[in-house]
Amino acid sequence: MINRHSLTVRKLREQVAFGLLRLAMALVLGSLGGILLFVFIQGAGAISWTFLTDVPRDSMTKGGIFPAIVGTFYLTVGALLVALPLGVAAAVYLSEYAREGRLLRLVRLGINNLAGVPSVVFGLFGLALFVVAFKMGVSLAAGSLTLGLLILPTIIGASEEAMRAVPDTYREASYGLGGSRWQTIWRVVLPAAFPGILTGSILSIGRAAGETAPIMFTAATFYTLHLPKSPFAEVMALPYHVYVLATAGTHIEQTRPLQYGTVMVLITLVLSLCLVAIVVRTRLRKKKLW
Amino acid sequence: MIPSNAPIIEVDKLNFYYGDKQALAGITMRAMPNIITALIGPSGCGKSTFLRIFNRMNDLIPGTRVEGKVVYEGMDLYAPEVDPVEIRRRVGMVFQKPNPFPKSIYNNVAYGPRLSGLKDRHALDDLVERSLKSAALWDEVKDMLNKSALGLSGGQQQRLCIARALATQPDVILFDEPTSALDPIATGFIEELLLELKKKYTVLIVTHNMQQAARVSDETAFFYLGQLIEMGPTEEMFTRPLNPQTERYITGRFG
Repeated sequence: MINRHSLTVRKLREQVAFGLLRLAMALVLGSLGGILLFVFIQGAGAISWTFLTDVPRDSMTKGGIFPAIVGTFYLTVGALLVALPLGVAAAVYLSEYAREGRLLRLVRLGINNLAGVPSVVFGLFGLALFVVAFKMGVSLAAGSLTLGLLILPTIIGASEEAMRAVPDTYREASYGLGGSRWQTIWRVVLPAAFPGILTGSILSIGRAAGETAPIMFTAATFYTLHLPKSPFAEVMALPYHVYVLATAGTHIEQTRPLQYGTVMVLITLVLSLCLVAIVVRTRLRKKKLW
Repeated sequence: MIPSNAPIIEVDKLNFYYGDKQALAGITMRAMPNIITALIGPSGCGKSTFLRIFNRMNDLIPGTRVEGKVVYEGMDLYAPEVDPVEIRRRVGMVFQKPNPFPKSIYNNVAYGPRLSGLKDRHALDDLVERSLKSAALWDEVKDMLNKSALGLSGGQQQRLCIARALATQPDVILFDEPTSALDPIATGFIEELLLELKKKYTVLIVTHNMQQAARVSDETAFFYLGQLIEMGPTEEMFTRPLNPQTERYITGRFG
């Protein structure tokens, strides 16, 4: 005999559960939407062609943020240039070569702890090591290296997971055809892990572009007329620029719209870089090569 | 050149261990060139382990140990100066579940030759075409060589794996239950292919399917619990086996 009462109760419970899940989703999307809306309302007025292409003028109350855009772009790319080769190489070692044991556990502990270090500590470390000890001075190079270290654990984590996810059957097939371990890694495992590595890069782009503390002491200056002529020049950067405008600017009321405009540009820049990576990944997936 | 009445593979008192556990004991046999030798026996009897002795794939598992002699074309396979990577180019393998790379059909077949350093586009094109023809797949894929191998059916993928193994121009091809994951029609295709392949290659095939062994092989070796119980011409093995255990397995009393 079917107990219709319990069927109704089950359906009701299901509705409530899904309703709560939808509510949670709405809260998440709503928060994101709220932030974006807030920034848009406050800052949209400041966006103009001048804003995007001109240098700051009149104590930042007029003019644009072009140097900061360029600076953030270079810093982000620089951080990836540092972290990707290092991170992927480390992940290859961890996934394909390392054997279980005390040394491996220590290495993993180190990487995980690195991920938990506050970003201001990275900034101080970068200051002590790259700016002072390596005599790079406050520069694009020092900032990129510092940011590179910041995103390194994310890159390692995503890359290692991507490589471990590559089925052993592919490796076996490669060995069966007379492939050496390195040939197998280079020709089969890494290409197959590429989408996962790309995902790790996407996540890191946002962090590298938006972090203020690591670049405060190592790369950023709040005002420069020139675009960086060498990796050893100081740069302006969008997050730092926001910080300056919000707290230390001399005409805070007047610069507020520009501040939010800067935030909008930063968000757009990060989203665009991510979009490029996502499009690349999707197109590669579509070709069913993964 | 090896005369055709000399064995291409000889095994003498082979013992094999996974760590402390002995998986193969006292195996002595030989395989003749240009025939199909089937290795049969119930699950866990060691036939797949035995097959992998010949291309040193067991080396990839840590803790394995080989005792005894394994001679391939007059060369001791497990001599210290022998490079397993070289062996695997001359002794190819096709696995139970088709495992094409997530690459194009062309790049799958060209993978082996490229490992050896072959770069010339024309030579590769030629080799790819010949290998796919030998695997009876060329006509079906010749217009889509750049498409992903993962888009092929199971039977086609397995034939692609055969083509891929053929591309390194081996002398011996090891088949580890190659049709157990395929439907009967694809299975039939592959069995016909095996009969063609033995003209140019030496084939060793592990199979769970006794009827398949009876259909395609010239000689059959029956394994049980890590030992070689009996080996002989297939027709005799299946009609007049000498060993009572063989007879019990063949007639399905256990399996």
